[in-house]
Amino acid sequence: MKNGWRNSTFKVNFYSWLFLLPSLIFLTIFTFYPILKTIYQSFFQSMQGEHDSVFIGLDNYKYLMEDEVFWEVIKNNIWYALGTVPTSIILAMMMACFVNAKIRAKSWIRTFFFYPTVIPTIAIANIWLFIYTPGYGLINHILSWFGIGSVNFLGQSETVMAAMIVMIVWKQAGYFMIFYLAGLQNIPTNLYEVAKIEGTSAWNTFKTITFPLLMPTTLFVFIISLTNAFKLVDHIIVMTQGGPNNASNLLLYYIYQVAFRFWDKGLASALTVIMLMIMVIIAVIQFFSLDRKIHYS
Amino acid sequence: MMKFNFKKNVVLTLTLFLLILAGCTNSTTTKTDDISKGSKKEKIELSFYFPVSVGGPVTKIIDQLAEDFMAENPTIKVNPIYAGSYADTMTRAQTSVQGGNPPDLAVILATELYTLRSMDAIEPLDRFIEDDYINDFYEGFLENSQADGKTWSIPFQRSTPVMYYNKEAFAKAGLNPEKPPKNWDQLLSYAKKLTIKDGSGEVEQWGVEIPSSGFPYWLFQGFALQNGKNLMSDDGKEVYFDTPENVEALQFIVDLSRKYGVMPKNVIDWATVPSDFMKGKTAIMYHTTGNLTNVKNNADFEFGVAYQSANKSYGSPTGGGNLYIFKDIPEEHKKAAWKFIKWLTTPKRAAQWSIDTGYIATRKSAYETKLMKDYVKSFPPAAVARDQLEYASAELSTYNNGRIYQVINDNLQAAIVGDKSPAEALKDAQQEADRILKPYN
Repeated sequence: MKNGWRNSTFKVNFYSWLFLLPSLIFLTIFTFYPILKTIYQSFFQSMQGEHDSVFIGLDNYKYLMEDEVFWEVIKNNIWYALGTVPTSIILAMMMACFVNAKIRAKSWIRTFFFYPTVIPTIAIANIWLFIYTPGYGLINHILSWFGIGSVNFLGQSETVMAAMIVMIVWKQAGYFMIFYLAGLQNIPTNLYEVAKIEGTSAWNTFKTITFPLLMPTTLFVFIISLTNAFKLVDHIIVMTQGGPNNASNLLLYYIYQVAFRFWDKGLASALTVIMLMIMVIIAVIQFFSLDRKIHYS
Repeated sequence: MMKFNFKKNVVLTLTLFLLILAGCTNSTTTKTDDISKGSKKEKIELSFYFPVSVGGPVTKIIDQLAEDFMAENPTIKVNPIYAGSYADTMTRAQTSVQGGNPPDLAVILATELYTLRSMDAIEPLDRFIEDDYINDFYEGFLENSQADGKTWSIPFQRSTPVMYYNKEAFAKAGLNPEKPPKNWDQLLSYAKKLTIKDGSGEVEQWGVEIPSSGFPYWLFQGFALQNGKNLMSDDGKEVYFDTPENVEALQFIVDLSRKYGVMPKNVIDWATVPSDFMKGKTAIMYHTTGNLTNVKNNADFEFGVAYQSANKSYGSPTGGGNLYIFKDIPEEHKKAAWKFIKWLTTPKRAAQWSIDTGYIATRKSAYETKLMKDYVKSFPPAAVARDQLEYASAELSTYNNGRIYQVINDNLQAAIVGDKSPAEALKDAQQEADRILKPYN
């Protein structure tokens, strides 16, 4: 057996590491190192303008536990997720089933369902800002035909979250519809033929064939929409800036405020660590428990 | 079987990899090349961040100003960079400073003085300033520009809130179009007369609109000053939010919408108020004088501009942005930036800037120029904000400004949407602010 670097096992290992190296370096620089640095920074207090950070242990986390705005933000994010995730999934599934059937103008309808996804969120936010304007905005204009008074959707705490959810579902559903369409193509048509012969109702067909066989897609869409609910805050920046009084503030936007308006790096790092933990828990739940229940053909 | 040439493959892969890495690193900017060259033949390039917070073609005006300056000063190149709102511009400037790559100069809120000082981002400008230059600026604007006896920034686009009112709507309601409401009682009674509902009880025209999105503290500060003292101490270390006079002021604002129905309920968006006014949806609006030219060009009715209504006295905050030169830039850049600032603030140019936008010309001598005298004669509202300066005080400015603004803005909005009573809202704001300012006391 040859020794040293002429050894074939060594060569294989060496090459493996060499090919992994580029990805590993990028991952380290842009993922592992930032995570570790953030966790490290969260134990320090570095207020605006002060160059030296002071070690304060878990004080940042303790402060967050007592911070009203933090709990408001978490509550908002949960409602926001509850509002956007099931709605987007169900709507997307319905839309996909609808356009999968043999109807006229199928391509046109698919285009109309899909185009909101293509427009950047910032552009959509500006358009919907106008749609929601009290008085002469589009929705209030239509409401006035029915004699209903002008509603300030974005200016009051009760309606602002709902308004955001509606807009985001409108944007996202088309995107998920595409995945469901692909998933529908994968269901063997002979299953439907059998169901038709046996005289199963449309609802039962859906319940026993379509829905279970779409579960892989549903899991995928579920993960995407849930992480989006935490990840995407562009519309908040444009439309409400978290207001009124933090009624539409989400976790990521709060992190932005603390980091870049208040320049409190320690607190922002603590918030980021919390957000990271939430995302990891979501991923763990989905992959370990839901994955088991899905039937992969 | 292929010959497995170990050495050759290793060298190849590593070379490729290094090439990729080299391609990913940023090339140094031409600015640093200029610094290292230091020769006078190279143009000095200045990056200039500026915000836009009012309607009208402001970006075009700034670009034109830069062009004109460069035509007179061929060795200096000014790059005006639009940076969004005041808050966005401040964030961008702070990020650049933190990243070790500050802009050369920027227009930032005058109130960010303490924040920029505590970041060590700026230095006093006194060594550039001549006496008769600085004394020509209005004291009201210098209050937020000077600290510890030194001048840190130069007033550029400064304003106060003013009351715009629709003269035609006044006439229709049976009010004298030349007599705007002078005090809170009159404001309320006029607004009641000016609120017009249609057949189904929906409001067609509101009596008054006071914006409350984004930075409601600014408008609130006016009412607070009309009823009592300013919201903070002179040294930026204390705030006075929950005084009984302030509670009364906030209650008045909230009552306008919730009790008397003369103002739309809940948060009123800053940017849509001028369009509402120009469309006739509101007869009176409180807004920055910086929108004056925009309204003048686009309103198809006669309108007037007046001081905000008084209570115990007239009162108003100042507002707007100053020109700051940043600390960690080369000395030639500082000199060039100062040249640009001096050029921008000559009396004639300050007058022209005011005419183009409606911002108050920051120097007294600007109002003595023929250009300005003629303009004021033809359009008297142009002088109202300037005259209101007599009653103006420094804008809310403290250490850790961003946080304090957040706290007072959130609580003002909470009162406006009815989530908290004015007393509760201001008490919460005071408590939170005291906690935030404790390290500085």
